[in-house]
Amino acid sequence: MSIDLKTIKHISKLSRISVHEKKAEKLAGDLNSIFDFIEKLNELKTDNVEPLTSVAETTLKLRSDEVKSKNLREQIIKNSPKENEDYFVVPKVIE
Amino acid sequence: MSDITKQSLSELVENIKSKKLSSSEATKAFVERSEKSKELNAYITEDYANALNKAKTFDEKPNLDLKLPGIPMAVKDLFCTKDLRTTAGSKILNNFVPTYESTVTQNIWNEGAILMGKLNCDEFAMGSSNETSFYGNVQNPIDKNLVPGGSSGGSSSAVAAQLTPITIGTDTGGSIRQPASFTGTVGLKPTYGSCSRYGVVAFASSLDQAGPMAQNVKDCALLQEVISTYDEKDSTSIDFKRNEYSKELTKDIKGKKIGIPKEYRVDGMPKEIEDLWKKGIEYAKDCGAEIIDISLPHTNYALPTYYIVAPAEASSNLARYDGVKYGFRAEGENLIDMYEKTRSEGFGAEVQRRIMIGTYVLSSGYYDAYYLKAQKVRKLIKNDFDDAYKKVDAILTPSTPSSAFKIGEKTNDPVSMYLNDIFTVPVNLAGLPGISIPAGHDAKGYPLGLQIIGKAFDEQNILNIAYAMEEKINFKNNINDWWIK
Repeated sequence: MSIDLKTIKHISKLSRISVHEKKAEKLAGDLNSIFDFIEKLNELKTDNVEPLTSVAETTLKLRSDEVKSKNLREQIIKNSPKENEDYFVVPKVIE
Repeated sequence: MSDITKQSLSELVENIKSKKLSSSEATKAFVERSEKSKELNAYITEDYANALNKAKTFDEKPNLDLKLPGIPMAVKDLFCTKDLRTTAGSKILNNFVPTYESTVTQNIWNEGAILMGKLNCDEFAMGSSNETSFYGNVQNPIDKNLVPGGSSGGSSSAVAAQLTPITIGTDTGGSIRQPASFTGTVGLKPTYGSCSRYGVVAFASSLDQAGPMAQNVKDCALLQEVISTYDEKDSTSIDFKRNEYSKELTKDIKGKKIGIPKEYRVDGMPKEIEDLWKKGIEYAKDCGAEIIDISLPHTNYALPTYYIVAPAEASSNLARYDGVKYGFRAEGENLIDMYEKTRSEGFGAEVQRRIMIGTYVLSSGYYDAYYLKAQKVRKLIKNDFDDAYKKVDAILTPSTPSSAFKIGEKTNDPVSMYLNDIFTVPVNLAGLPGISIPAGHDAKGYPLGLQIIGKAFDEQNILNIAYAMEEKINFKNNINDWWIK
């Protein structure tokens, strides 16, 4: 397979990372060499293999549904890049 | 007391407990050595003044029953530390100050240790040489312009250079064991579920584990005993009976069956590594272990599997960095433009590459061909180990296919960089514990490591084997403090 610039543009959009033309070419080269390497998996027949979803063969533990931490608003807002005491601030989304 | 920084963790603990040494004296010694060692670039954030204050407070009312009484320690900058900046080696977290503490570091402070600072690492732990860090390369104390390994490169450099008596790293595909091997130190990746992931900046959640990095096996066992606890804040933390690893440590490994997997004799492996492995087998025999040839037939498929699973999980985990809630934000014309510029300017090249691989393999039309396929092969790799462990108690392999390389040597070829982790990645995919111990030097005088892989939850056994072999190997690190003027 080969990843072309159109595909790079598509992945760039899906992953919300802007990619300039120049960077796109280098990236396509890198991704192609990585995918060539990954293609090795196609040598294996896996039709009857169950996918591994967790290495730990335990069921998830249940716990009671209790609030254990409260009044965290200040802490949660503390690291936001644009200061506002009550909300996260983003560029205008509604005209 | 002279040469405080040359003491192992166990010696420091003993000296503090017997009041031959105070926490302040110990902390001052490690802070001073760290300050003289800036050229190594092992630290991202220093917290020396606070450390000295905490040591003073400890000495005023010392609790000598603790396991790490007043011991100064720097930790990898992937662990959230309350009120101290945590960057994960990334520009995008350059100004992030956690309001909470990771469980693993909390366990360490609960036993009396004192935080000295945060250690450099590859950005979001994605790298094998510490060269992807936004905060610059780290020097290996073994030789100038040599990488310390990665991603826990600041940690390995700091332990080898004795800037901290011991530390913790994280290991997703080899990030504790490979840097330990490159610096002549000991690194343990515990069983998946042994150490809580709460408060550890996430890379690939089904693979990430925290673990100790130490100067010797005994110290490593002691720290593992402290950090491994069941934690209900991590839904994948496992509630199993944990040993008192340091107390139960023994060199008696007579009759233990150790497997040698033939598939680890990879093409193009340097003769030095092959020889080291043979020597390791002899040491294990000398300790009374029985050597058994085994097969792990899917070994060659581990790296390609890893480079689907890890980026897929990373692309999902790193979706949270959007410039809204915390971290770096670039200005944009609208919301989408802000997201795209923030992530493009905030993440480095390797992280962007992995997010894009992950996004692609999870995207509509490709999921079955890549991600599902990789999960199936992951099952085959785990089955290989399950079969092997019907015959043996542990597995012995080299830790890495080469010794440390020069800074810049592999940065232009991602695949050759990835091949560094060929012996360590299968262990993460199968969720097993693995330890790297220093076992010799190559012709250049650089350290080489051997890896002992255990059954799940059998850390005690691999620590014991490592402890027994360590004595036979009698490794000495050649470090001449070249960076201190």
